[in-house]
Amino acid sequence: MDHEHCHLLLNSLSDYVEGDLSEELCAEIDRHLQDCENCRIVIDTLRKTVYLYHETVEPPITPPDVKERLFARLELNEFLNSNS
Amino acid sequence: MNKEKARVEDFSLEKLRAGDRAEFALLMDVYSGVVYRLGIKMLDDPQDAEDILQETFIKAYRYLGDFDGRSSLSTWLYRIATNEALMLIRKRKNTPLSIDEQLDQDLEIEKPFQIVDWCCLPEKEMMSAEARRYMHQAVEQLSPNLRAVFVLRDIEGLSTEETSRALNLSESAVKTRLSRARMRLRELLTAYFSERMAAQGVAEAGDD
Repeated sequence: MDHEHCHLLLNSLSDYVEGDLSEELCAEIDRHLQDCENCRIVIDTLRKTVYLYHETVEPPITPPDVKERLFARLELNEFLNSNS
Repeated sequence: MNKEKARVEDFSLEKLRAGDRAEFALLMDVYSGVVYRLGIKMLDDPQDAEDILQETFIKAYRYLGDFDGRSSLSTWLYRIATNEALMLIRKRKNTPLSIDEQLDQDLEIEKPFQIVDWCCLPEKEMMSAEARRYMHQAVEQLSPNLRAVFVLRDIEGLSTEETSRALNLSESAVKTRLSRARMRLRELLTAYFSERMAAQGVAEAGDD
């Protein structure tokens, strides 16, 4: 992780992964990745990290007792079950 | 998560501003889930998450008149909720991490330390209950500022622009922090999954 290109990659990593980079810079990084195994692993595991977090997002559910107390706190109990 | 996002913009701002209680109850019904989830991710404590949830909607109810409609209603709610979470973290904080250390984590480009390719692990292993718990704990290890950006972008699915509005940060600051957060998490996940790989290797060798 010490050549100049590795630093370039680190600085632009997020944009590269998001596909946000200029074509020119992107091509330069692609070239670098072809002969830098370490950077390739970093990119792959970074992508996998983001993928895993996206895939394991829990559904947005409020536990029923928490929801009940929320509606009570706002004095909106009368509407609690009318919406769901 | 996009379903909730789409639905929240269907609310009548006029009714909400006029103090229509049924409309506000509907807003809470649709949005309590994401606000509660944000609280859990930010503070990792059900009681704190519940406090954030209640404070968010109390403030929303009180300040709806000030909502200018420049951002979407959902972004506005995220903004209140994230502020509540960050305030609570500051109040609760008794961690030994100094402000300087935290700044370092936020600003420095972290050099990758662990280079292990764990991508070949079976998906089942990477999404096991234990792995999910570890991933959750890893988020808690981020500094609050990085955590807020990561939670909004990668958990709640907000765009860079929405996140920048919710946190009152420039878009480039959002990008930089997201990059730091993801790199830090990559590092933490690598530590965990490379151990899983080693364990699996041992098990496979034992099978022969």
